[in-house]
Amino acid sequence: MSILVDKTTRVLVQGITGKEGTFHAFRCREYGTQVVGGVTPGKGGTTHEGFPVWNTVQAGVQATGADCALIFVPPPAAADAILEAAAAGVRLIVCITEGVPVNDMVKVKAFLARGASRLIGPNCPGLITPGQAKIGIMPGHIHKEGGVGVVSRSGTLTYEVVHQLTLRGLGQSSCVGIGGDPVNGTSFIDVLRLFQEDPATEAIMMIGEIGGIAEEEAAAWVKAHVSKPVVGFICGQTAPPGRRMGHAGAIIAGGKGTAAEKMHAMEAAGITTVRSPADMGATVARVLGRHA
Amino acid sequence: MKIHEYQAKTILRAFDVPVPKGQVAETPGEAREIAREIGGRVVVKAQVHAGGRGKAGGVKLADDPDAAATAAGQILGMMLKTPQTPPEGIKVLRVLVEEASAIATELYLSITLDRAWESHVVMASQAGGMDIEEVAATHPEKIIREWADPTLGLQAFQARHLAFGLGLTGEQFKAGVALILNLFRAYLDRDCSLAEINPLVVTRDGCVLALDAKLNFDDNALFRHPDAVSLRDTNEEDALDVEASLHGLNYIKLDGDVGCMVNGAGLAMATMDIVKLAGGAPANFLDVGGGASPQQIESAFRILSSDPSVRAVFINVFGGILRCDRLAEGLISAVKNLGLKIPVVVRMEGTNVELGRKMLAESGLNFTTAEDMGDGAVKVVKLAQRARS
Repeated sequence: MSILVDKTTRVLVQGITGKEGTFHAFRCREYGTQVVGGVTPGKGGTTHEGFPVWNTVQAGVQATGADCALIFVPPPAAADAILEAAAAGVRLIVCITEGVPVNDMVKVKAFLARGASRLIGPNCPGLITPGQAKIGIMPGHIHKEGGVGVVSRSGTLTYEVVHQLTLRGLGQSSCVGIGGDPVNGTSFIDVLRLFQEDPATEAIMMIGEIGGIAEEEAAAWVKAHVSKPVVGFICGQTAPPGRRMGHAGAIIAGGKGTAAEKMHAMEAAGITTVRSPADMGATVARVLGRHA
Repeated sequence: MKIHEYQAKTILRAFDVPVPKGQVAETPGEAREIAREIGGRVVVKAQVHAGGRGKAGGVKLADDPDAAATAAGQILGMMLKTPQTPPEGIKVLRVLVEEASAIATELYLSITLDRAWESHVVMASQAGGMDIEEVAATHPEKIIREWADPTLGLQAFQARHLAFGLGLTGEQFKAGVALILNLFRAYLDRDCSLAEINPLVVTRDGCVLALDAKLNFDDNALFRHPDAVSLRDTNEEDALDVEASLHGLNYIKLDGDVGCMVNGAGLAMATMDIVKLAGGAPANFLDVGGGASPQQIESAFRILSSDPSVRAVFINVFGGILRCDRLAEGLISAVKNLGLKIPVVVRMEGTNVELGRKMLAESGLNFTTAEDMGDGAVKVVKLAQRARS
């Protein structure tokens, strides 16, 4: 079982003729994902490194029945690419692009609220269901099929936890990077709901960051709706207020959004919190009663 | 990105947001000329990117042009220290000379993103001139909020709610509504992340004015605002932060002695955390990004080792896009070019990790390798402590 994507997911890569788009289209296909082609306006009808290219998402969807879009277009055109995929009726849109203006995302979210498309990202590593499909930029080989659902605002820190889990023999049901921007498509709660409903997910690892109140909201939701064990980590315990820690969303502003507050909210919701990022995998093993 | 008050006021003027008459000066002589043109009493304000300037002696009243020149002479060149500046303060290079306003009422007005609503919120309060964070904490009912529709923007009725809430009446009410709508227009048009007017004042002669003004820009939107980019003042930023940004690196100086170099913002924060948990203190946040080149790795290493407070370096990389062999290549070349004066602990994992480890081992350079994050943190903290004693 899996959430959101599996072996049948058919992926169109927007921006496939760019360096990043080409590189990752290959990596995803190598992993076993059905990459059915790509979209680059003006290059429709050509073949790029063996992938058929269309001028529009609509044409690509009509030709291939794609139900997922993976976006690598540069920040100025990213919002437009998301809207184009949504207008073409694509069910799942994964936007990897980092640096999308906040105002663009405010408008995109309002548009998506009227339709049925789900957006993951932007500024995220994408998502993977080990053994089935990798739709993103994460290194596929560190993953293993199993029962831990991983949801995170960070990229490389997600790889870190996956690595720790796999080393202990704990596989993952799915791993979703929701992205480090202040306004993003899919929230912690959206993913937590999917993991709670997914019979293959036995436990959930949630990685948050300083800034905003998404982790607090998620903790309250866990308390009310999640029966599976949840382990939580918040990075940025040592971050000073008022300084943006790389991600546009990672900033302690107005004394709000500190790691301590978020950890406290998690503990109050019955989530097992981890203080050291080196102990994430071991803690999941412990709550699952496995000492590998 | 932050800009100065005088720059923010120039933008606000273009959007018909009323601000006091005034100009920026770099010398006492210029300040005298501006004061003469304005006529009457003026206020001389230090231009630095930090609040709390008044209390720190960075704002002075002057009754005539000579007094304005004297005030400017006192402020220009001073190291202004406020709770928002680095401990040594920021050197004042410019002053804003403005007509002094006779204030009847001080109000507060700001616009920013509300992440929970995923749209922009306009906040207004009659508790102007005060620390608004304190007002929010102690008297949240004294702050009125209106959320702009993501696609329609702020509506006139919402501006009226805010203006009524500010206690404005008659002509001031009309002026206040226009000011709020114009400020929102400026905020949106320039892709601001913050527009704050504190205080917004009603003068004794009935004008509604933005007495102070703060505009911050969304860094991600700067590509469509070249005019805003030209307003950046690198004098206000840490020299190492500026150099890092030139190389596409994300660097923030902190006050510890363990230099950190990591790929990815989340892992970089987690690395700072684990250094602290191991009993050390991080000297910086440094994210080399997902796809750093060997050249960027070398620049990152140079920036780290040029910080005199760094006694040991912890490199923690989980290679996905950034391959471990490229990391090793950058590191080896950096150390060969710059020398290795301080201990370096390397933890790497991910794509091509065996090749990367082999390159480091065969380089003949004295890197300390770590098994995992926890091991690396313990080792680097020990090395930093040894270097201190």
